[in-house]
Amino acid sequence: MTASAPVISCRDVWKLYGPHPERYISRLSGNPSYEEIHQAGYIAACRDVSLDISSGEMLVIMGLSGSGKSTLVRCLSRLVEITSGSITVEGLDLGALSETELIDLRRNKMGMVFQNFALLPHRTVLENVAYPLEMRGQNRHDRRERAMEVIKLVGLEGRETYFPRELSGGQQQRVGIARSLAIEPDIWFLDEPFSALDPLIRREMQGEFLRLQDMLGKTIVFITHDFDEALRLADRIAIMKDGAVEQIDTPARIVLDPKSEYVAKFTEDIEKSRVIRAENLAEDVAGDTPPGEPVSATATILDLARRLVNDERELISVSDEAGQVIGAMKRRAALEVLFGSER
Amino acid sequence: MSELARDVPAPVPALSPARVGQALFLLAILLAAFKFALPDGLIRPPEWLVWPFADWINWTFNFIKDDLGLIYVTRAIAGGVEWLLDITANLLYGKNRWPRIGPLPWTVIAVTAFMIGYGLKGWKLGLLSGGTFVWIAFMGQWKWAMETLSVIVIAVPIAVALGLLLGIAAWRRAWVEAILNPILNIAQSLPHFAYMIPVVVFIGLGPKAGAIVTIIFATPPMIRMTVLGLKKVPPEVVESGMMCGSTQWQLLRHVRIPTARTEILIGVNQVIMQCLAMVVLASFIGMPGLGQKLLQLLQALKIGRSIEIGITIVLLAVMLDRCSKAWAEMQPVHFERGTPWWKRNRLFLAWCGLTAGAFALAAVWPAAHVIKRSQAFTLSKEFDAVVDWVILMLDPISQALRSFLIVWVLIPLQDAYLWLPYTAVLALAAGIGWKIGGARSALICLAFAGLIAMSGWWDRGMITAYMVTFAVLVAALIGLPLGIWAAGREERARIVLLICDSAQTFPSFIYLIPVIMLFGVNDVAAIGAVIVFGMVPMTRYTIEGLRGVPPALIEAADMSGATKRQKLWTVKLPLALPTIMVGVNQTVMFSLFMVIIAAFIGTRDLGQEMQRALSATDVGKGLVLGLCVAFMGLLVDHLIIRWSADRKKALGLE
Repeated sequence: MTASAPVISCRDVWKLYGPHPERYISRLSGNPSYEEIHQAGYIAACRDVSLDISSGEMLVIMGLSGSGKSTLVRCLSRLVEITSGSITVEGLDLGALSETELIDLRRNKMGMVFQNFALLPHRTVLENVAYPLEMRGQNRHDRRERAMEVIKLVGLEGRETYFPRELSGGQQQRVGIARSLAIEPDIWFLDEPFSALDPLIRREMQGEFLRLQDMLGKTIVFITHDFDEALRLADRIAIMKDGAVEQIDTPARIVLDPKSEYVAKFTEDIEKSRVIRAENLAEDVAGDTPPGEPVSATATILDLARRLVNDERELISVSDEAGQVIGAMKRRAALEVLFGSER
Repeated sequence: MSELARDVPAPVPALSPARVGQALFLLAILLAAFKFALPDGLIRPPEWLVWPFADWINWTFNFIKDDLGLIYVTRAIAGGVEWLLDITANLLYGKNRWPRIGPLPWTVIAVTAFMIGYGLKGWKLGLLSGGTFVWIAFMGQWKWAMETLSVIVIAVPIAVALGLLLGIAAWRRAWVEAILNPILNIAQSLPHFAYMIPVVVFIGLGPKAGAIVTIIFATPPMIRMTVLGLKKVPPEVVESGMMCGSTQWQLLRHVRIPTARTEILIGVNQVIMQCLAMVVLASFIGMPGLGQKLLQLLQALKIGRSIEIGITIVLLAVMLDRCSKAWAEMQPVHFERGTPWWKRNRLFLAWCGLTAGAFALAAVWPAAHVIKRSQAFTLSKEFDAVVDWVILMLDPISQALRSFLIVWVLIPLQDAYLWLPYTAVLALAAGIGWKIGGARSALICLAFAGLIAMSGWWDRGMITAYMVTFAVLVAALIGLPLGIWAAGREERARIVLLICDSAQTFPSFIYLIPVIMLFGVNDVAAIGAVIVFGMVPMTRYTIEGLRGVPPALIEAADMSGATKRQKLWTVKLPLALPTIMVGVNQTVMFSLFMVIIAAFIGTRDLGQEMQRALSATDVGKGLVLGLCVAFMGLLVDHLIIRWSADRKKALGLE
């Protein structure tokens, strides 16, 4: 498989709840709205979703409650059977897998973290983390060794004999994360993992999560209803409404260029300078590099604020990590991001 | 959506539930008022209406038993159960059967009980459990108690396993649940005796019959709790199990059942309590043990001795209940890493040590092995003296009360019930049904009442109904104020609830002891027992209903300047009423069961006929009578549950 081939690929995925969803969908023409489907007596959890997730990418699916984001991630892991369309995971047609093949896939490739932790109350931290290893029949010793490794990774060393109810919410979710990582999955699903935690713990856990991701580099589908969280973590964001994906793009693109009013509403109150980076504003200068020291492409406009105010150049060159100049950004455009456009 | 969800179509003014209900009430009144003008066929069920259900059932049973040869199957099962019973009988009281190592010294069993109680909840429960067995041994009741326990020890695991399997099947397959549900409904409202007759036919008399009837009786609640528990497992937990790559079996074994642990263990608790209740009653089909002894002593009016046995049964009930509940509530606690082996297993080691000590003691000192009847203590003389004194003091009152009740209340009430034309009762049932739940409920009520009319036991049924009505009324008159009083203060509520909880675990048989002591063997005693038994759920649900009123509403009433009395009448009672009605429902159920049990101290209702059917092993008659009782219960149950659910929804509770 080439590096660019998507790990997960959805094509025209529909998920309807109702009396005879398959029959209803086969008669469907065009793309009916959520309301039209509702009139017919069906609930549309996913409407014609197509998206690709490439290896090592972190896709955040963002939407309010009831927008179908949780259903979509359950379709990707086949906890929920889709009504029509196709999903392929590493080239395998997910819907065509037999029960055993599916179990095999989950035992070796997939991990999932749940909103309310979903720990088994009768097992200790160690036994919870070792549970997926036990399911695939690893021996006791290996199980213990590997489980201790991940427990250490999430910073719960010393708590391995505790039972879930003896831990705080944040600690419980660490167990949930450790359990999902125990089998060393390639694909990691996280369903609102930090929503049940209080704000301070949530920020701390987000930091931890980024640290883990830097270390592990997994392909991630992360669900959240918190736009700030999405901006903080995502490589790309998919915004969902009424079961359909409204826009799927990088955080900066979503902030700079919202494709619909609904998306625009989300971005309204966002401090844009925190999201937009120099590379997003860089324009191709066709070898005609403006003078002066270049700024780093990955620096946010906020990072560059002091410089932007003091620098008097009209065009500021932008360079990538290797020091290669990739273009130039207009100082005026950058200042507009900081202070808003003059009206 | 809400319009579609209604099962009653768009309201036609002339046919609104209230109107139709009123019309049916009017019909009932007219039928009663013009009774003199009615043809006989409308006063009592005419012969063509009374179908020979009993004969059909008997025919079917004989066909299954003899022609299909089911009796060989049941006898084989009974043989297996008997083999198991012999083992426990040998261990517990030294019956001369394999493995022939018993009886275990009573000290060993007392020490074991202590350790179980201690391990589950601590010193107090340990002392209660151990103390129960010390009491039994000292009072010289060891053999009887062990006869009873030897059956419970076998019946409980079998009933639990059976209930678990059927519960899993019902949870797994909708059609199994669809079949099981109505059966469970009827099974849980059939009086105890109705179970005994078929068992006598298929198995015979004695301990094995007692064990099997106990198993059958105790399984339904286990099925219910298993289904409930499995359904309550959070979907996320199941999904997490699936994402860990569990197979269906692994999910059930490692995820669903352990997560449903609490509900399943509450099911086990109910099984144990049902087993105890049934084992005591199974004395009617020749089951030896505490129940049989109590029955004999009560029939001989030996009050002091029966109080002794009563205390034993109560102690056993409370101990079994507390232990199994403690087990259900127990949460796992971790050991720090590196805790030495002996510390992790210190309870087990302590038990080993204590047991070894008890064996050693029993070997050198026979009284620690078996306490003979001649060595035992007895308090019966003292009890008798106290009881005689109480009776002497209360006799004028109880005599007066008895004759007043019989002459002025019970006999007129009974006559009134018997005087009513059956058609009036049917119209009334349908009317209430229509008013509460529309056409569907009216049909259900009519069907239940109609089947009783068709069974041919109308008069007996009405006698049962009058006793239950009266008993429930009195129970409510006492239980309701008691509950209101208790709910007034948190501490009081806690204590009264604790008493109710304990009283509910007593086998129904126990309630007969005090009333027989006071009133002798007659109708009043029977009704007295029913009242005392029925008061318990009444009080309990009143307290729970009042305590469940949202505190915000009480604060709102306070801030509106309501006095205590106003608060009670305008806020608390209306909001607590749906829950209180559930209590009334349970009171009715309890009363029905108790009326039937009380039959053996002389009533002339369905219960007495049931006793006759039992002694004649007439399956058909017994089942028809049992179903009559069940239908009465189900009728009331349907109405109250329906009303209470509607009311709760209307009030926005739950």
